[in-house]
Amino acid sequence: MKETLEKIKSAALAELADKDADLEALRIKYLGKKGELTAVLRGMGQLPAEERPVIGQLANDVRAAIEEALNARLDEAKEAALRQKLQKETLDVTVPGDEAPVGHLHPLTRIQREMEDIFLGMGFSIAEGPEVEYDYYNFQALNIPPDHPARDTQDTFYITENILLRSQTSPVQVHVMESQQPPIKIISPGRVYRSDAVDATHSPLFHQMEGMVIDKGVTMSDLKGTLAMFARRMFGEETKIRFRPHHFPFTEPSAEVDVSCFLCGGKGCRFCKGEGWIEILGAGMVHPNVLRNCNIDPDVYSGYAFGMGIERIALLKYHIDDMRLLYENDTRFLGQF
Amino acid sequence: MKLSMNWLADFTDVSDVDIKSYCDRMTDTGSKVEGYEILGDEIENVVAGRVVSMAHHENSDHLWVCQIDCGESSLRQIVTGAQNVHEGDIVPVARAVAKLPGGVVIKPGKLRGAAADGMLCAVAEPGLPTHDMPGAIADGILILNDVGLGDAVPGTDIREVCGLSDKMVEFEITSNRPDCLSVIGLARETAVSFGRELKLHTPEVKSLSDGDDVSRYLKVDVKATDLCFRYAAKVVKNVRIAPSPLWLRMRLRAAGVRPINNIVDITNYVMLEYGQPMHAFDYACLSGSHIIVRRAADGETFVSLDDKPHTLDGTMLVIADEQKPVALAGVMGGANSEITDATKTVVFAPAMTQGPSVSDSGKKRGMRTESSSRFEKGLDSENCMPALCRACELVQMLDAGDVVDGVIDEYPVSKKIAEITLDPAKINAFLGTDIPAAFMEETLEKLWFKNLGGGRFAVPSFRDDVRCMNDVAEEIIRMYGYNALPDTLFSASATQGGRTRHQNYEKLIRDTLVGAGLDEIQTFSFISPKQYDRIGLAADSTLRRSVVISNPLGEDTSVMRTTLLPSMLDVLSTNCNVKNRNTALFECAAVYLQGEDKTKLPEEPKHLSVGCADSDNTGRSFYRVKGFVEALLRVSRISADFVACRDNPTFHPGRCASIVSGDKVLGVIGDIHPSVSAAYGFSCPVTLCEMDVEALYALYDDDYAYKSLPRFPAVERDFSFVCEETLEIGEIEKSMKRFGGKLVETIKLFDIYRGPQIGEGKKSVSFAVMLRSAEKSLTDEEADSTVQKMLKKLSETFGIALRS
Repeated sequence: MKETLEKIKSAALAELADKDADLEALRIKYLGKKGELTAVLRGMGQLPAEERPVIGQLANDVRAAIEEALNARLDEAKEAALRQKLQKETLDVTVPGDEAPVGHLHPLTRIQREMEDIFLGMGFSIAEGPEVEYDYYNFQALNIPPDHPARDTQDTFYITENILLRSQTSPVQVHVMESQQPPIKIISPGRVYRSDAVDATHSPLFHQMEGMVIDKGVTMSDLKGTLAMFARRMFGEETKIRFRPHHFPFTEPSAEVDVSCFLCGGKGCRFCKGEGWIEILGAGMVHPNVLRNCNIDPDVYSGYAFGMGIERIALLKYHIDDMRLLYENDTRFLGQF
Repeated sequence: MKLSMNWLADFTDVSDVDIKSYCDRMTDTGSKVEGYEILGDEIENVVAGRVVSMAHHENSDHLWVCQIDCGESSLRQIVTGAQNVHEGDIVPVARAVAKLPGGVVIKPGKLRGAAADGMLCAVAEPGLPTHDMPGAIADGILILNDVGLGDAVPGTDIREVCGLSDKMVEFEITSNRPDCLSVIGLARETAVSFGRELKLHTPEVKSLSDGDDVSRYLKVDVKATDLCFRYAAKVVKNVRIAPSPLWLRMRLRAAGVRPINNIVDITNYVMLEYGQPMHAFDYACLSGSHIIVRRAADGETFVSLDDKPHTLDGTMLVIADEQKPVALAGVMGGANSEITDATKTVVFAPAMTQGPSVSDSGKKRGMRTESSSRFEKGLDSENCMPALCRACELVQMLDAGDVVDGVIDEYPVSKKIAEITLDPAKINAFLGTDIPAAFMEETLEKLWFKNLGGGRFAVPSFRDDVRCMNDVAEEIIRMYGYNALPDTLFSASATQGGRTRHQNYEKLIRDTLVGAGLDEIQTFSFISPKQYDRIGLAADSTLRRSVVISNPLGEDTSVMRTTLLPSMLDVLSTNCNVKNRNTALFECAAVYLQGEDKTKLPEEPKHLSVGCADSDNTGRSFYRVKGFVEALLRVSRISADFVACRDNPTFHPGRCASIVSGDKVLGVIGDIHPSVSAAYGFSCPVTLCEMDVEALYALYDDDYAYKSLPRFPAVERDFSFVCEETLEIGEIEKSMKRFGGKLVETIKLFDIYRGPQIGEGKKSVSFAVMLRSAEKSLTDEEADSTVQKMLKKLSETFGIALRS
């Protein structure tokens, strides 16, 4: 009997070692209810009582050995099957993905938001006002009386004698000052209109963003500090600003403001025409006449104002060489932002 | 304003400052430099030479072989084809290798065998236009002795000979500083900016002492004293009209003024030097020896110096004699009294007129002159007499005539001297600086403010722009240095800041649509009124009531739009034309709605337009746009219905809907009408939507409150049925909700099928319905009975037939 068991074991192990073995058939053949090992065990009853434990132990060992071999082969087969399945499921990862729609904000909106966010972070709020505006708000309240040379009918679109398309966003400042006492800290972005024919650098419609701060003790150095911070955040930490004296009717003193060229860092390149500086905005201390026109006492309050063209900043920052692209809205252009 | 550095040197010396540093410093102190030019910069190695001998060329019948003394150790041989050269002439010689304007390089060479070691120059070659050189022949060699330059020593650089050794600086003078539109004004600024001495010259007019007096020639009446503050005049007799000397011509030319003759040139010279426009006219043309400064009569006619006729009106100021205007004051003289070669007696008259009147009449007449642009900005009436004297001094210097003794000066109210107070502490507090009081005082004094003591200063008469503390602060900071201001941040009251809810909502709209894959566009606010025809608006549509621009650039941009649709159609069309596929765009911008009262401002509500061009002809364009709109409504948490709209002329009558929430119309959506499509030249279907952002904003709900998640599972049931083609899905869905009761959670359409087996005029629709109870898990039986009940009612109401 012992020999039979050994024989079964070696036969089973040999058969299981065959790589083409039918594992289920072998399981039935050796371990099944009608299998060889079961048949041997069934004959155990005829053995003498003292041999039974010995043979029983041996039979169990043989079963365990066969099971172990079988399981090993089964695991191996399972793994092979998985490998095969995975192999079959291989994807060409270079095939393009399903197209998810990606839209684009207009570059002017992007720039405007970027500018707004810088000033919002400094505690400014955004004021808006009408684009079709009274002459009073666009000119007179801003210290530009009807006969002032700065007001040239050829530059402004008129609707009636008293109503025009605002040529700057400054009228918003007047509305705010009329409706609110200091402290005032606003920016006013929006569309403005000037009678310029369309070309690569001109447009009869463009966007400006003005800012104004009015309170007790506001200084020209505050203006410079605020614009310096704006320039650093807008054009990079290394950016410097430069003030040049200028004249605007609604501010005194007034300045034109340059930023150091953000391509060459101020050394001079083709982009900044060798100057090292790029003019980006106008600014100054609010003229006392403007404050008075809005019932704010210039002996108590002072303030600064600044204004810049959003198109100009967009052209500079995105290296756009023709302003017309902004209003043509070709999706091949829009898709680049 | 172009400034000749040679001219400037008459008044202040900055010869040790290189031109770039000069420009930078002037810009820093408030006189903005646009650029500079070094005259004769392109000329190299061109000198004056004397023609020693000339011989016919052996191999040519028109060439001359010349020996030229160029101040060198030996004579230079040059071959020329010009026939106006003679032995002994002084001529400009380009000594090989030489450079001429335009990048021309003269190298040694041979002409038909004869060595040529350079070239003789014609007038145009060294960069001098012929009209500066009376006596020069345009197509010949410039003979320097024919143009009054015969004493040039051979070998002298031609730039020096012809006065080309100058530098020109171009200033952008702001409108508050008309005093800087003059050499003297800029000299004042230069002297202060560089701490140099200003050498002002007091013109001296020698008396003729012949017993003659101006009063024998002229009587002046200023009738319009409100427009003319001062009228001064002097008379020059025995006028000898001739070309001006070269130095004067060169200075005029450098400033961009064309030399004409000595008398006219003097008026221009004085205008440039003093900033004071001056009128010179022929005394013989004055009838009645009487000058009247008056308003023009309405309809009065006048022919200006440039031979253009003008019709005047009562707002304009004229200088007239007893019969006719001889000048439009401050703008231009008249053809009737022009200085000619025959002129014998001249009146010089600098007038002081009110700026705005000059500006007005200049603009009305379409005439902008050097003179009127100075008047417009306001001139200093105290400058009148020095300028007049300077003109007469020049007349004597140039021997252009005899200056009659005496002067006419109608100056009823002399100019009041303004005073300002210097309060250093206040200025420092205003600027945020710590500038010493002594620096401030010194600066004002250097700028010709007169220290009256006790912090009071008299403002110079040419500085009408300085009146208040801010003005004084500017004078100080521009000399102290704008860039010396510290960078500080405003540190007083805290402000609230941030975007308003409305501004945030607009941001949400843009972000939502960009997130859905649309590109944002920005277009002009003004359109052509013809666009309203192109989008098919009825003749009496209120949308045609636009704000109209009275002075538009052109018809294309002449009215403010009342709808965003035409701009969207234009952009879609542009994109289709360049074969951009399936564009999906949106714009969020104002429209301008004119009310009944045109003296009031229009409403400017924000609108949103969405547009798709279905270049792949999917036929799904309407639903694509509707999907975007539904997404926006979901984000805004607004429930709205799409109600078929058959009478909007812009849209296909069967493919258009009003977007409605309650009794509010939020917008319109639809495929465009074939005639609109044709008007914009589309070859593919186009769907548009326009919504009123203000109406959306009124319903926008951002008051988020959490609702607990369902605790029990849902049961899903799918079914299909056949119904009439005309029955709208929206109607079916609404009824299903009503009939299904509160167990129906969602209804989702997943298929519409049309085909022969369904039958003509019918469609099969398939829905997935989700049922859920808030109290318990629904059994299959409960779900089925709800659905059965719902279908039975649908069948009763709409006559639907269930499909198995």
